[in-house]
Amino acid sequence: MSDRTHITLTVNGEPFEAYVEPRLLAADFLRDEMGLTGTHVGCEHGVCGACTITLDGVSARSCLMLAVQLDGGDVRTVEGLGTTREMHRIQQAFREHHALQCGFCTPGFLMTVGEILDTLPLRDDGEIRDALSGNICRCTGYDHIVKAVRALVNERDGVSDP
Amino acid sequence: MTDTTAYIRPKYVGEPVRRLEDPRLLTGRGRFTADIRLPRMVHLAFIRSDQAYARINDIDTEGVRAMPEVIGIFTAADFTHIPEIEAPSKMMSYQATACPVLAKDAVRYVGEPVVAIVASSRYAAEDAAALIEIDYDPLDVAVSARDALAEGAPKLHEALASNVILERTFATGDAPAEIANAPHKVSGRFNLTRKTSMSTEPRAYLADYDVGKDELTLYGATNIPGIVRDEVGRLLNLNGNQIRVIAPDVGGSFGGKGSLYPEEVIVADLARRLERPVKYVADRLEELTASSQAFGEEIDATLAFDAEGHFLALDAEIIGDIGAYSIYPWTAALEPVQVASFLPGPYKTPSYRGRVRGVCTPKPPTGPYRGVGRPMAVFAMERLVDLAAAELGMSPVEIRRRNLVGARDFPHRIGSGIIWERSGFQECLTAAEDAIDLTALEAERQRSGKWIGVGFASYAELTGIGSRIAVAPGMPMNTGTETASVRIDATGAITASFGLSSHGQSLETTLAQIVGEELGVRPEDVRIVHGDTAAGPHGTGTYASRSAVLGGGAAIKTARTLLTRVKQVAATLFDVDPERVETGDGRIFVRDTNHSIDFRELARVVYADMATLPMEKRETLEARETFDPIVGTTTSSTHVAVVEIDPETLAIKLRRIVVAEDCGKLINPLVVDGQVHGGVAQGVGAALLEELKFDENGQPVTATLADYLVPTPAEMPDMDVLHIETELPDNPGGFRGMGEGGTIGATAAIANAVADAVSHLGIGINSLPITPNKLHALVVATREPNGQE
Repeated sequence: MSDRTHITLTVNGEPFEAYVEPRLLAADFLRDEMGLTGTHVGCEHGVCGACTITLDGVSARSCLMLAVQLDGGDVRTVEGLGTTREMHRIQQAFREHHALQCGFCTPGFLMTVGEILDTLPLRDDGEIRDALSGNICRCTGYDHIVKAVRALVNERDGVSDP
Repeated sequence: MTDTTAYIRPKYVGEPVRRLEDPRLLTGRGRFTADIRLPRMVHLAFIRSDQAYARINDIDTEGVRAMPEVIGIFTAADFTHIPEIEAPSKMMSYQATACPVLAKDAVRYVGEPVVAIVASSRYAAEDAAALIEIDYDPLDVAVSARDALAEGAPKLHEALASNVILERTFATGDAPAEIANAPHKVSGRFNLTRKTSMSTEPRAYLADYDVGKDELTLYGATNIPGIVRDEVGRLLNLNGNQIRVIAPDVGGSFGGKGSLYPEEVIVADLARRLERPVKYVADRLEELTASSQAFGEEIDATLAFDAEGHFLALDAEIIGDIGAYSIYPWTAALEPVQVASFLPGPYKTPSYRGRVRGVCTPKPPTGPYRGVGRPMAVFAMERLVDLAAAELGMSPVEIRRRNLVGARDFPHRIGSGIIWERSGFQECLTAAEDAIDLTALEAERQRSGKWIGVGFASYAELTGIGSRIAVAPGMPMNTGTETASVRIDATGAITASFGLSSHGQSLETTLAQIVGEELGVRPEDVRIVHGDTAAGPHGTGTYASRSAVLGGGAAIKTARTLLTRVKQVAATLFDVDPERVETGDGRIFVRDTNHSIDFRELARVVYADMATLPMEKRETLEARETFDPIVGTTTSSTHVAVVEIDPETLAIKLRRIVVAEDCGKLINPLVVDGQVHGGVAQGVGAALLEELKFDENGQPVTATLADYLVPTPAEMPDMDVLHIETELPDNPGGFRGMGEGGTIGATAAIANAVADAVSHLGIGINSLPITPNKLHALVVATREPNGQE
């Protein structure tokens, strides 16, 4: 079990290399070896979405991937989105609309929202709800999350808020 | 400076202040227990029972002892120095259960911890777990509560007299006689199946032992750090000043992190024995099988009423499937007894008899869950109310209006003894009714033939409970007080500490709004400390919709005491009467003068400038006060659900939820709406999705989130929340608790809406969750000659 595999990758724009056990989960690698604990592990079977990251620009469940699968990849985690002093617009919108309570699922939602804003039309709230349905939040009932995303979509599309 | 508007103090309470906890949580800089890593830290994994009830014959660990990564393997034999966990109660007829921290001779539910393995990594600990063999002898057991209740049923705990560990009857008047003579009555057997809190963060604990100081720090995903400190200390024979419990960022609880767990005790004990930090993080399987569960109740109830729809009497038999152990500190009585005590609800029903029995079964222990007892009570009662309305051909709104306690009838004592204080019972019903266009929905139903249903549910709850009422019946622990400590340090910065423990409730913001409002400083300049037994005053935590009322009340009292001292000092500096000194927006001033300093200057004078203030005028810029509401406040609400059922697939779509609620003064409307929305979502889960299933041998068959379904954004409807403010309750802030109500009302409203949508088929909705499959079975049953409803 001590056979380790060499991987090189970019995390939030910074190049890294590491030797990892072949069975090490990507989520555990990011959290325990990289110290990027913003990626949360909620179910370890790909349902809750708390561990969502992007790999080469596409959202991925880091609990269903192995660290070795990140080899050669460009990984983004919530830590790469914005900082407490200079938040990303998605983070600001979540704050303005009170779209988080305990905050555990939030990093996964933020990564998903980043992707769906880039890839989907999100014409109405129903489409927003469907696009977010791979992420579970137990605190908010989703209403404020949908409102935050609606505001971001309107900004993207140059539509003024009603 | 003659423009007096310049002095008007900004109001913070009631404003949608942006949350102060958000920046760290939004940027991945929060700190949850699982995120903490300490030098020399080791990892703990459990082997848990795969049997519902079995004798442990042998545990074979030979294959593992040679593994270099394994640091220790522990069984019950290694914890003989720790007493069993027992939840005491003064309740008559109650039998406490003895729960060893690791199963000793027998296992009593699938998921009960049997072996603890400590290794250098979680991976290695789980490798070792796979090599350890436990030999069990399955024992005869009754899996369902009804079977466990039967005469001669095998006992789950040999030391107890029977599986029935609690029984209580509430009675006012002679309900059975009233019902026998009543002109009208409706009955039903109602069932709310087991579910679980399912916070997104699994439970996690990390214990760090300082050998030199003989001090233990336990980081944990808990919402009752004070209670955990006291009981872990007692079990491990440590004084309170040797053990510190810190709840860092906690990812939701909803009750599931609100009891003492064996894992907490084991982590703490092993950190001392190994003299290394020990960490345990539950996985989702463990969460779904070994964290406290909810509901699991069945009610046989009858409601009698006269021809005008006035309720006469209510009778109920309640059976609670409490699981294998009576949980600490709440006991197994918490949930089922609250079903019986709240069943009469917000209505004037002269006679009541409700008997409740709690029965041990080989399933995980039940514990607190959002709403505690009331989701079941309100589901059963609101179904009966709709059945009564149908029998009389009366509208569901009208029958509620005739029976809800009216504005002039407060205080009103219901048949179980609960006393409702003034709250907007009728006002919420009216507001909810006005928000729904029933005529348009009826027209749509007629025109389209769609299966559209509308359901109402009204309820009341006691929140912010004081010292005279035990949160759990007979529990020998005071949960009716909270203390705040507020200080101004030498830099003029303000820190307010509490024994509360926020886990999503936004207390770092709402309590800062309160302290800021009272002291006259901006909320962002107040730091709230909570969830740390060493940093705050005595307190039991955040649960039972108590933190705004108790913590907020303590914050107001304390800030006022401190403000008096601030004014004393400033009055000396300004050479004016203290009553003329005012504060606002961080300034301390005297109106229409040029006397104006900030808190930094005040602190400098008090702490550092020993010349300006004479000794006797140097106030201590710190205050601590305790608040006890003695009884509690009454929160009331009416929920309305609109559903549409697809006649082909029987898919149930929630179209809309309206909540009209009276929670007194709002501290932060954004936060209140968020709490209501989240509560409603859990009501949606209880009504339509969430069910922990067990097979006939007690094996859980819903052990992943693909089997145990919770609402996603796609299942949630649009929600309208209407805030009704009637007379404010008699507490310092005029607050009522409101964290749980969403779950209490929505569950019943949805059940009534589904029943309304299928009323043309003669189907009743008596068991939740109601799913397309279950609905199909009910539809089929109505078509078969021998079919029963």
